[in-house]
Amino acid sequence: MTFEYAPAPESRSVVDIDASYGLFINGEFVDPFDGQHFKTINPATEEVLSEVAEAGQADVDAAVAAARRAYDKTWSKMSGKDRAKYIFRMARLIQERSRELAVLETLDNGKPIRESRDVDLPLVAAHFFYHAGWADKLEFAGYGPNPKPLGVAAQVIPWNFPLLMLAWKIAPALACGNTVVLKPAETTPLTALAFADICQQADLPPGVVNIVTGAGDTGRMLVEHPDVNKVAFTGSTEVGKAIQRAVAGTNKKLTLELGGKAANIVFDDAPIDQAIEGIVNGIYFNQGHVCCAGSRLLLQESIADEAIDSLKRRLQTLRLGDPLDKNTDIGAINSSMQLAKIEELTKSGEDEGAERWSPECPIPDKGFWFPPTVFTNVTQAHRIAREEIFGPVLSVLTFRTPEEAVEKANNTPFGLSTGIWTEKGSRILWMANKVRSGIVWANTFNRFDPTSPFGGYKESGFGREGGVQGLGAYLHVEDPS
Amino acid sequence: MSRVDVRKTHKLFIGGAFPRSESGRTYEVTDAKGEFIANVAQASRKDARDAVLAARAAFAKWSTATAYNRGQVLYRIAEVMEGRREQLVHDVAQAEGLSSRKAAQQVDASIDRWVWYAGWADKYAQAIGNTNPVAGPFFNFSIPEATGVVAAVAPQDSSILGLTSVIAPIVMTGNAVIVMPSPSAPIPAITLAECLATSDVPGGVVNILTGAPAEVMPWLAEHADVNALDLTGIVDEAVAADLERQAAGTVKRVRQAKPHANWDATPTLSRIRSFTEIKTVWHPLGL
Repeated sequence: MTFEYAPAPESRSVVDIDASYGLFINGEFVDPFDGQHFKTINPATEEVLSEVAEAGQADVDAAVAAARRAYDKTWSKMSGKDRAKYIFRMARLIQERSRELAVLETLDNGKPIRESRDVDLPLVAAHFFYHAGWADKLEFAGYGPNPKPLGVAAQVIPWNFPLLMLAWKIAPALACGNTVVLKPAETTPLTALAFADICQQADLPPGVVNIVTGAGDTGRMLVEHPDVNKVAFTGSTEVGKAIQRAVAGTNKKLTLELGGKAANIVFDDAPIDQAIEGIVNGIYFNQGHVCCAGSRLLLQESIADEAIDSLKRRLQTLRLGDPLDKNTDIGAINSSMQLAKIEELTKSGEDEGAERWSPECPIPDKGFWFPPTVFTNVTQAHRIAREEIFGPVLSVLTFRTPEEAVEKANNTPFGLSTGIWTEKGSRILWMANKVRSGIVWANTFNRFDPTSPFGGYKESGFGREGGVQGLGAYLHVEDPS
Repeated sequence: MSRVDVRKTHKLFIGGAFPRSESGRTYEVTDAKGEFIANVAQASRKDARDAVLAARAAFAKWSTATAYNRGQVLYRIAEVMEGRREQLVHDVAQAEGLSSRKAAQQVDASIDRWVWYAGWADKYAQAIGNTNPVAGPFFNFSIPEATGVVAAVAPQDSSILGLTSVIAPIVMTGNAVIVMPSPSAPIPAITLAECLATSDVPGGVVNILTGAPAEVMPWLAEHADVNALDLTGIVDEAVAADLERQAAGTVKRVRQAKPHANWDATPTLSRIRSFTEIKTVWHPLGL
């Protein structure tokens, strides 16, 4: 049965995109020293949205110098109470402008407006609100009586949740008294630049937040800059390793939030309809561009056929298309580069003998798209079971006993998240104990909250973002030994 | 005529046993005045790999032992050391060139440090874990868990107190450790190994490799089954930087070198945090 939906597009008129953007340094937009710009496009239409500056070494130097001045002269001397009030202001401004920011995020990123409106933006505001309250209470956070800021934080974020990753980075850094130079991802710079406007509206002292746009080179210059005290990176494990190498032998404090290949484990007693919703949310949320996505489905053998049938039925109802349409479930793949990577890995799945399935799904003529895809007959040796695809592609494996489920779940160098679906409480806690990952979602998946620390085990990175544990990443704690 | 004493062969401590180095190598250890004390085993790459296997095998059970149990085992180490106090004082005095009185202070502080960490075993999760008041119908909690296998370099200038201060917080939370003691003052570490072997510490939880950190540590820094490095005792900054770079290959957690720390001060939670991971568990609330 198909339901016909009339188009329900969210209006674009709420956003006002400039033809060209400079870099946000020391409280104002400035042109890059060498005048280089690059284009940012809407991945759903390939329409050019704007031109943004490509920061070079001189620009990065200027941004770090501005952050240092702001740290020395203003931000580190300000009382926690006043810092808190600036961050509360930012939280409120984000709430006030959340519709605009959601539309802008969807335009630049390709994610469905339903997700940017209902997930990303509420979490962004909540993240600033939560951390604002910490700014004058740090002595109660468990890091000793007098925790101090680190200084200048260099932050490099990915394109999958552009504004949310900015919030995860900037809110705790500012609350703890650090100043920031942040580089948004090359393909999704626009909401970070809108956030610069919010910093101006909040009258945040100049230099406390600086935003330099650019590609990998800009990020490298930023994290390698000798005058930064803290490096925070969210992105691929490959780049994370390069950054860890680059900061080796320095005193820069490092946190890394890297890739994942999460197992979503469904036992035969699980509430199957809820589990199917959780599986769909786990891997098709945000087109699977989620580091903690439940990309390996582990089904207990006795229910595997039934669960796969239900899953396929459910996937036929997903609507792929215009991300600004409020009925859309699956938006655009963020870039042609990412699309090529997904295509390459899914081809390897077929070549290695797994069985590929996608629902009938009309693909728009323009833009970058990939239909929701399920691979069955997957073995642990297949690349699609080992490598992070970062797309709407699910690999299904089976198991017989809880011990086998744990073995398979942990058989990866990653350790970011795990899903467990069963009605049996003791089994949930037993499994939660055994799996080696920083997040365990039991009878739910892909839940986020600013009070809840997020981060990985093993090659998924180290350090936490959010919660009281996340503050530790931005504080200097005196330690005699 | 006085009795001819029986002297000890100083070996490695791997998986609860005392093997010689697989390489057959030893090196000469002297006291603070340069007088010969003993030929000590010089660990090789193969010994390091054997130690990783032993540590990984021990980790599964040790990390899932109850906190109460781990606390008692650590306390038992202090009990056994107390019984060997005289030998430890002699070793430390000889190794560090200290008076008996000063050596005794170091040994007593070390025994007390094991007791201090023994008491933390069933408390640290309450100090650094918590529930989280998420905005939704979920129960959500965060707990610390052991990181896994840790390769550590003990301080060069504090042969028993520094060594204890490095390994106690690592194993207290359920990690397994491979530690390289001070190359110039390794005898107290070997005596400590004998204390560990006769207390209730499962074999493989603590592995002690005497030898040259600059030679052995690179293999451990690159070993895919080592989860974290504690470089506390590395003196040479270039060596430390190289090890940090090598650690990046498998995203190891690294605690940076701090060769001249103040070991007399009461520790903070910092070392416990360095070698634990925070796990956060969500479950819906509902009827």
